[in-house]
Amino acid sequence: MRRLSEAAGVSGDEGEVRRIILDELDRLGLPAEVDVLGNVMARAGERREGHTSGGAGDVAGRPRVMLAAHMDEVGMIVTYIEKDGLLRLGTVGIDDRVLPAKEVTVGRDRVRGVIGLKPIHLQDPDDRKKAVKRNDLFIDIGARSREDAEKRVKVGDYACFKSSFAKIGEKALKGKAFDDRVGCAVLLRVLEDAHEFPLIATFTVQEEVGLRGAAVASWTVDPDMALVLEGTICSDTPGTEEHMQATRLGGGPALSIMDGRSISSKTMLRGLIDAAERRGIPYQFKRSTMGGNDAGRIHLSRAGVPTASVSVPCRYIHSPASMISVDDFENAYRLVSAFLDSVEEGFRP
Amino acid sequence: MKETIRTLVETFGPAGSEERVREAVAGMIRDRCDSLTVDALGNLIAFREGKRGGGGGGEGAGPKRIMLAAHMDEVGLIVTHVDEKGFMRFAPVGGVDAFTMLGQRVVFGNGATGVVWMERLDKMKDLRFDKMFVDVGAASAESAGVSVGDAAVFDRKLAQVGKRLTSKSMDDRAGCAVLVETIRRLGPAPCDLFFVFTVQEEVGARGATTSAYGINPDMAIAVDVTAVGDTPKAATMDVSLGKGAAIKVKDSYLVAHPRVRDLLVATAKDSGIPYQMEVLERGGTDAGPIHTTREGVPSGVISIPTRYIHTPCETVDVEDVEACVRLLERTLMKGV
Repeated sequence: MRRLSEAAGVSGDEGEVRRIILDELDRLGLPAEVDVLGNVMARAGERREGHTSGGAGDVAGRPRVMLAAHMDEVGMIVTYIEKDGLLRLGTVGIDDRVLPAKEVTVGRDRVRGVIGLKPIHLQDPDDRKKAVKRNDLFIDIGARSREDAEKRVKVGDYACFKSSFAKIGEKALKGKAFDDRVGCAVLLRVLEDAHEFPLIATFTVQEEVGLRGAAVASWTVDPDMALVLEGTICSDTPGTEEHMQATRLGGGPALSIMDGRSISSKTMLRGLIDAAERRGIPYQFKRSTMGGNDAGRIHLSRAGVPTASVSVPCRYIHSPASMISVDDFENAYRLVSAFLDSVEEGFRP
Repeated sequence: MKETIRTLVETFGPAGSEERVREAVAGMIRDRCDSLTVDALGNLIAFREGKRGGGGGGEGAGPKRIMLAAHMDEVGLIVTHVDEKGFMRFAPVGGVDAFTMLGQRVVFGNGATGVVWMERLDKMKDLRFDKMFVDVGAASAESAGVSVGDAAVFDRKLAQVGKRLTSKSMDDRAGCAVLVETIRRLGPAPCDLFFVFTVQEEVGARGATTSAYGINPDMAIAVDVTAVGDTPKAATMDVSLGKGAAIKVKDSYLVAHPRVRDLLVATAKDSGIPYQMEVLERGGTDAGPIHTTREGVPSGVISIPTRYIHTPCETVDVEDVEACVRLLERTLMKGV
């Protein structure tokens, strides 16, 4: 989780995360493929065939199950280098107000920088009342001029928050990019268990910019059912009315019934609930229909795929200081594992 | 026809929970088709085999495949939270307006009735779904009988007003009724016909996306409702109730294929069926994703002119619906 969280992997530049995942898959002895867009696919479970693609089901009538987690995270991209060496930025999935006074790293060499903000002394009283806009911000890498900056960075370099992973207190983990490195971590953990049916682990790219990796990966995998592992919004803090709190930290993995991009398969939801109740695993329903995840593209693949999502609640999501609960992580793993056992025992969507 | 429409509009079927509509439709057409299947997302596909040697297909090829689509789902709401007193917060399912929802009686899948009201607001223009709730008459969350994830629809029966019919979910049960009635009347046709009763149109035409891939048709026609411009100070639109079937030229997601559009127009002219041309500035139908399936599918839409879409008072003229059935039936007898 630490390596995954601290790796840089803004949408379109997931290489660092992919290398960690490929290493882990190698350690698990699972052959992996990387497709044209950069998705990683590994066949686990029943291992007689080495391919990640193929027709629905197998000779024994066992279903092909796709598990998906996305590797990319929200972040920034350098759009212009000013004469004085300051970097203008574009963003993916970030509230502009999260940006000021943050440490970032730029490009594959992880050049360090900070996002500056006009000091409070020099601001108009009116300025202080307004939220800062991205266009008024810049990344400062300590360069003295454009030429100086261009020795270390270039336009088109990605930037991500610099934020170290840490355990806080007994039960909380803090870091960046838990959306969706926590899904990646749960998925890698699931792969340590053996299953007697074709299980295709998919680590997707470009979820944050439109579920793009999942669109092509699900075409390749051509599954009979799919389960998306996510980090999802959690706003259980003061200032959010109870009915607007999508999930609660420590309340267990969240099951989506409907979001902006998909309605979960009712039979899979039932299967997940049954699996949770059989094993006494706590779970919660995501109480918001906002947002969307890779399920939005996977369930529409080819002639349709029954799909559901299991999510770990992430406080302060899409920021450098997100927080998850160790228990939610553990229970997400237990729930996915219990569900896969029920597939083993004959569950079909 | 009126009774078919009545049965269909009064059936519960918000997007994602179309099971009862599917059962009702299946019961109406089971003995009139060669096969009836349900796909992975829940679309109902009724197949009618083309007449052998009846044309349609080219030299050495099988008959052409035509997909017809009408969606089973309707707009509604979905419960996102139940408080300790049993009041439910909700989100809309599909493009329904907060002002339309206010003061409505709604019904859940288990038969529970709810009424929709709001928190105290200083200004009515502040009305949003997160300020509203459903009251199912419960005294506590435990006794509510409805929980997070349950969906509800407008509680409204069909009524006849003059020669017009008004109800919830004419969008698109009137379209389903057109398909059902066409299947009932249709003789042996030249092409292989796939009548698809789709799911989840109101949330992004999702059922049409996957069923079109599965069927891989040579041509497609969706049957759906369209807006009209014939009410006081309405936005300008040259479609009116009572002036016949509307043949779509374009909407936000489709430019009707000229070959399909012209086929529909020629058929209407030849058979003396009243029709009007439709340009819809905002909105779309199942034909949107269908026409961009695989390598592309020439697609068009037969639209039922409808007033007050996405309200409990969707109003159609039964003679327009009849014109749509005749237009579809005549077109299918002609083939591609």
